[in-house]
Amino acid sequence: MKPIKKHVCIVMLFASVGVCTAALAEMEDDPVLTKAMIGQLEMRAASGDNPLVWDDVQAWVGKDLNKLWLKTAGEHIDSRIEKLEIQLLYSRAVATYWDLQAGWRGDLRPEPTRDWFALGFKGLAPYFFEIDAAVFIGESGHTAARLEGEYEFLFTQRLILAPNIEINWYGKDDVEVGIGSGLSDIAIGLRLRYEIRREFAPYIGLNWSKKFGNTENFARAAGQETDDFQWVIGLRAWF
Amino acid sequence: MNQKYTPMILGAAPFSRRRFVTGVAAGGALLSLGINPKRGLAFKAAHAEPQTLQGNRFGLHIGYQEVNFTGHRRIATAVNGTVPSPVLRWREGDRVTLRVTNQLAVDSSIHWHGILVPSDMDGVPGLSFNGIAPGKTFEYQFDVKQSGTFWYHSHSDFQEQTGMYGAIVIDPRQPEPFTYDRDYVVMLSDWSDEDPKKIYAKLKKFSHYYNFRERTVGDLWRDLESQGLKQTWNQRAMWNDMRMSYRDISDVTGHTYTFLMNGQPPADGWIGQFKRGEKVRLRFINGAAMSFFDVRIPELKMTVVAADGQNIEPVTVDEFRIGVAETYDVIVAPKDDTAYSIFAQAIDRTGYARGTLTPDPSLRAAVPEMDPVPMLTHADMGMAMDHGADFGQPITTGRPNFVSQANGAMDHSMHDMDDTVGSAAGRAGHGSTEPIIHRATEFGPQIDMRAENPRSRLDDPGVGLRDKGRRVLTYADLRNLYPTPDTRDHEREIQLHLTGNMTRYMWSVNGIKFSDSEPLEFEYGERVRVTLVNDTMMNHPMHLHGMWSDLESGDGAHIPRKHTVIVQPGSKISCLVTADARGTWAYHCHLLYHMPGMFRKVIVS
Repeated sequence: MKPIKKHVCIVMLFASVGVCTAALAEMEDDPVLTKAMIGQLEMRAASGDNPLVWDDVQAWVGKDLNKLWLKTAGEHIDSRIEKLEIQLLYSRAVATYWDLQAGWRGDLRPEPTRDWFALGFKGLAPYFFEIDAAVFIGESGHTAARLEGEYEFLFTQRLILAPNIEINWYGKDDVEVGIGSGLSDIAIGLRLRYEIRREFAPYIGLNWSKKFGNTENFARAAGQETDDFQWVIGLRAWF
Repeated sequence: MNQKYTPMILGAAPFSRRRFVTGVAAGGALLSLGINPKRGLAFKAAHAEPQTLQGNRFGLHIGYQEVNFTGHRRIATAVNGTVPSPVLRWREGDRVTLRVTNQLAVDSSIHWHGILVPSDMDGVPGLSFNGIAPGKTFEYQFDVKQSGTFWYHSHSDFQEQTGMYGAIVIDPRQPEPFTYDRDYVVMLSDWSDEDPKKIYAKLKKFSHYYNFRERTVGDLWRDLESQGLKQTWNQRAMWNDMRMSYRDISDVTGHTYTFLMNGQPPADGWIGQFKRGEKVRLRFINGAAMSFFDVRIPELKMTVVAADGQNIEPVTVDEFRIGVAETYDVIVAPKDDTAYSIFAQAIDRTGYARGTLTPDPSLRAAVPEMDPVPMLTHADMGMAMDHGADFGQPITTGRPNFVSQANGAMDHSMHDMDDTVGSAAGRAGHGSTEPIIHRATEFGPQIDMRAENPRSRLDDPGVGLRDKGRRVLTYADLRNLYPTPDTRDHEREIQLHLTGNMTRYMWSVNGIKFSDSEPLEFEYGERVRVTLVNDTMMNHPMHLHGMWSDLESGDGAHIPRKHTVIVQPGSKISCLVTADARGTWAYHCHLLYHMPGMFRKVIVS
C-alpha cells in the first residue's frame, strides 16, 4: 500500500467513526458504539517554532468485547508534519480489564515510511494504572517495544493531575529514520486538567523527553535536541 | 431528545363517557378520595397533574408531551398527556378493558407491573406480543384477580425513563384490614433532560461518567492524618486491587437526574393535604428508571401495611428503602396541626424527591439534610467478614475473589451442572442452604466480581442505612398478613447469579447476557425455589412477570408475596415461585440500563 493510499484510507476511517458517533445506544445488551478520544493535543513551548503535538488520539467502533481500534500520534511543526504514526488494530477483551490488540502500525513520518505488525495489551492494572504495552515486528527483522502508563490524582472531581510515561525500545538501528537499537527514548509528562465536562478538559503541564543510545547519537548528528523539557498547553476530549 | 418528533393531537379518549375523573381540580392532591373536591386545595401545581381514571374500560393514548422539570423544555413520552401517567383505579374481580393507542413515531407497549394477567396481556414486546406499532391500538383485557397498589409502564426502548409510568390502585372486594381517612399515591421517579440512549452510550463508554463522588487526594490526606499510612493502605488495597470504588453506589446520579414526587421536582415538591387527626394512607411506588430511594417523614412514624400491593403484618418504622419497581403502602397519623416533609433521598445522596403533608397549603416543613455519602463495605462485596459485622465501616482487610488474581485458583469442576443445584434443603420460608456455585460462564471479561461468601442479609437495611439510629424497614420485617398461600416445599431449586462488569458496563445472568441466553423453563404447577446471588456491587431489583415471588423472609407460615425483590450487593436471597401461569414471561433486573443484559425469558409449560 502506497503511503498516499494509506492516508486516504485513514481519513475515511476517521470520517466514518465521526459519522457513527452520532448513533446512540439502542436498548440492546450489546449495541454497536463508537468512541473518539483525544488524550493529548497540545502546543509545546520550544526555542524555535512551537510544535503542535498529538498523542494518545484514538477511536474505536464495536461492541462490548470486540472492537476495531485506531490510534495515532504525531507532531506538526513549521507547517509540516514531522512525525506521524498510525495504528489500526483489532481489539478483543480477554480479561475483566484487559484488551488484546493486534494489527498494523505505520510510521508515515519521517520518511521513508515503516510498517510494523503490532501486538499489545491495553487495560487497567491494579491500583488504577492505565497501561498500554505493545511489541512490534517490522520488515527486515526490525523489532520494537513500547510501554505507556498513566495515573490520575483527583484534587477535586474535575481537577485532575495525570502523570504519564512512555518508553520506546528498538531491536536494530534504522539510520534512515534516526532510530538506534536498545532503549531509544523516554517521555515523562505531568498534566493538570480541568474537566469542564467529562468529555472536554483543557490542561497545562510539563513534558520531559530524552533520547538514549544510538538514537541520541543520530539526533545529535542531525542537530536535533536530545533532551527536551517543555511547558505544554492542550486539550483532552472524547465523544 | 433528538428523536423524530411527530406532533399529534391527543384525541379524546373513546371511553370518556365512562371515564370517572377525580382529583383534577384538586391541585396538589393526586388522589383525593373521600374529600369533597369543592373544598380547598386550590393552590396551583407546577406541572400538569395526572388524572385518576376509574371504571373497567379505559382509553389510553401514548404520545409526545412537552414537559419542563429542570428549567429546560423537553419532550416526554406520556400517557394521556401527563407525567406520571394517569392513575388507574380498578376493582378486584372486575374485567377491565384498556384500549391503548400509540401516537408515537416508534413502537410502544404497556406492561402492568405486578398484575397477574394472561401471558399475551403482559405487554412485553417480543415475549407477550409484538408491541404496539405507531398509529395502532392494542386492546388489553383481563380479569383483576388481586387488590392493592401497583403500577404500569412502557416496556419498549427507554420510554419509561422519558415519562411513561403510572399508578394502578385496585380496591379490594373485602374490607381492608386497616383504616384510613385519606388516600394518596406517591409516585417517585427520576427525570433526565438527556436522551436515555445517550445515557446508556455514555455508561458503556465511560462507566463512572455520572459519579462525581470519587475519592480525591484530599480524602487520602485526611485518611493519612487520621489513621496513618498502614491503615489507609490496607483499607484501600482491596479496592485498588479490584479497580473498584466503594463510592460506586448508583450508575446514574443526581448529576443528570431530577428526582420527582408525583411529577413534581424537589423545588416545588408535591403537596398532600390532611386534617388534624386524620390517618393518611400513602401508596409509595418507585417508578424510577435507575434510582432507589430512602423514604422518611421526620417526626412521623410510618406503619407499613403492604409491600408490592400485598398486605403484610403492620410494622412501624422511621424509614424504608424502596427499590426500583417496588411499592409500599404506609399509614401515618399526624397528631399535630403542622406540616411534614416526605423526604425521599436517592440511595447515593446526590439528590432527593420531596413532598409535604400539610393541613394548610401555605404551611411547609423544613427539608432535612441528606445523609452522608454511603460507602460500600466488605459485606457488600460478598466477602467473609473478618471481625464480625463491620457494616458501616469501609473495607479494612481481606481479599474477595476478584478476577485477575483468583481465576487460576477457582474450581471449575462444577461447570457442567445446569441451573438445578439441589432440592428441599432449607425449609420453605427460610431460604436456601445450597452451596453457591460459580459456573464456568461466570469467568471471563464480562465479569468483574464473584461473591465468595454471599450471605442472606434479610435484616440488613442496606448500604447507607446502617447504624443511622432510625428504625429502618428490612425484608426480615415482611410477614404476610395471611397464611402462606402455597405451603408446599419446593421441588427443585434454581440458582441465578446476577453478574456484570461495571467498567465495561456489561450486565448478565450467570455471566450470559440476554441475547446469548436460553430461556428458564418452569413446569406448570410446580413450586420452585429461585436463589438469587448478587455477584456485583450494585443492588439489583429483580422482577418476575406473571407470577409472585414469595420472598423467604424467615417465617414459613407467613411468606410475603412480592413482584420485585432487591438483591443486595454481594448477598443471596431466595424466593419460592408457584408456576401457575402458562406462557412466556420476563425475569429481569428493573434498573433500566441493566435490563437489556440482565434479563431472562421464562417459559411455563
